[in-house]
Amino acid sequence: MNDVFHHALKFREDLCIGCSHCMNICPTEAIRVRHGKAHLQANRCVDCGECYRICPVGAIIVEQDDFENIYKYQTRIALLPSVFTGQFPNSISHTAIRSALHELGFTHVYEVEEGVEFLSDQFHQYIREKKTPRPLISPFCPAIVRLIQVKFPTLVNHIILLKAPLDITALNARQNLTEQGINPEEIGIFYITPCAAKIVAVKSPVGEQESVIDGVINMNYLYNKVRKIISHHRGADPLPEIPALNAKSVCWSLTHGESDHHEKGRSLAIDEINNVTEFLEKVENDEIKGIDFLELRACDESCAGGVLCPGNRFLTVNKMRERTSINPILSGIDNKGTLSYSSDRQKFLTDNMRIDPILPRSILKLDDDVAEAMVKMKRIYELNRILPQVDCGICGSPTCKSLSEDVVQDQADIKQCIFIQKILEQNEKLDIWESIKIMREIWSDNKLDKNSLKDEINIIN
Amino acid sequence: MHFEYFIEGGNFAEAGSTSSQVKKTLKQLNVDGTVIKRTVVALYEAEVNIVAHAYSGKITVELDEEKIDIKIVDEGPGIPDIKRAMEIGYSTASPEVREMGFGAGMGLSNMKNNSDKLNITSTVGKGTEVEIINYFHL
Repeated sequence: MNDVFHHALKFREDLCIGCSHCMNICPTEAIRVRHGKAHLQANRCVDCGECYRICPVGAIIVEQDDFENIYKYQTRIALLPSVFTGQFPNSISHTAIRSALHELGFTHVYEVEEGVEFLSDQFHQYIREKKTPRPLISPFCPAIVRLIQVKFPTLVNHIILLKAPLDITALNARQNLTEQGINPEEIGIFYITPCAAKIVAVKSPVGEQESVIDGVINMNYLYNKVRKIISHHRGADPLPEIPALNAKSVCWSLTHGESDHHEKGRSLAIDEINNVTEFLEKVENDEIKGIDFLELRACDESCAGGVLCPGNRFLTVNKMRERTSINPILSGIDNKGTLSYSSDRQKFLTDNMRIDPILPRSILKLDDDVAEAMVKMKRIYELNRILPQVDCGICGSPTCKSLSEDVVQDQADIKQCIFIQKILEQNEKLDIWESIKIMREIWSDNKLDKNSLKDEINIIN
Repeated sequence: MHFEYFIEGGNFAEAGSTSSQVKKTLKQLNVDGTVIKRTVVALYEAEVNIVAHAYSGKITVELDEEKIDIKIVDEGPGIPDIKRAMEIGYSTASPEVREMGFGAGMGLSNMKNNSDKLNITSTVGKGTEVEIINYFHL
């Protein structure tokens, strides 16, 4: 396994103003401020995208494939998740959206949730066969899988080792087209993603050697393009009809989308990463009894709340639920559940849907060696005791506790704490210029430039 | 290393907080996941026992490179028949406690299954002392 992990979130130093909002919100304490810029610690990041959401200046970007990449392939498949349709008003038909994608250059459009019915059956079988441990955890949200790897290493064996609907649909699409005589090398499958975590799941999957997806297009980018086409009433060129999905499948990526497929009272759905963390603490203590299945999602309102979704998450959920109850032709939804794979195809998918065991990669361990870790822990307790517990972040670490850890791991100096500085200054153990130098190293020369407030200095006084 | 925690009898909302703290420490020490799990399960049971049966309790955790040694001392009614209390399904928990999802009579046997060494001594009318020892390497 690599020591450096691929992330879709990139920090643009040229735009970062060093405000530390991202550092304070990060649920895995993966961000530090140095030289006036936010820095990401790659091994701690789970790609949840909370930093992207909060950045006031757009300095955090989500890497995506160049749209022109689709033209590397003769057959260009768009994998369309239902939350994409949910971004549009229900007055815009499903066919209009698909036609617009066609006009943009895709030759085929497959709905991600097409794979749900098949996957749901596989889930049930998996849960029946695998009696322990309980509760089993859905592998659907890649940010949650990574959160468990880094923060809950003892729970990795609770994760169900099956692929997501996205992969099932991609496998099926590729197989369909190959059977139609298309050269597999000329088929490019592109996923329209609502979040950063799904990008990473495609680019460096956990439990798989290589993803079946060839590229990723960010949802907000494509939304603007599709919206423009539809508003110009172009894209009348209709695509062939695709199998209608049932309402339950369409809502899979919403909160309760998976748990609704399981026995009531024995399954639970939790969204938002801090809620999930709180609950996983209890699972780890073995406090949770009588639950077989956990649907855990990093975003509030699940994928409707994905960081790349342009629309308001509550409205998206509402629109999607409404869409499932209106005209099936308009919505591309059929409650009969007309979709079924041939028995050959089912066998093919069954053979290809397992993933390898997921390994822990704890960010909590202080050292590989227990004795060494214990020495470090003692030192952390000592340091943490003298810190003010204000968690102000002025030291460039998110909390007093994390500063003590950074100091012990040789990544920071205790004198970065402004309270420690003031105490040392009073005792004449630290020169004021020395402490200013320390602050400049954290927050940059600019923020602490002596001459920057020359004209305003009277106002301050 | 040495840690102490105090547990309040009857405070079910707080049951599990000591287990969570100890768990965090063991994770930082890079202790094997199976050992962490066993320790936390045993400790959680002990914590719930204090909350469900005793008036108050104190948990002392002693850590060295080889093992974790947890002493749980409570002031409470004590256990008249420890052998029987170890039997699966045996419970003296009140209906109220059972209603909250505790007191299924699995506590002590679950503790035994999840600890390398378990010592229980008790004086009726005074309290119970439990010691759990788990080794990091077997």
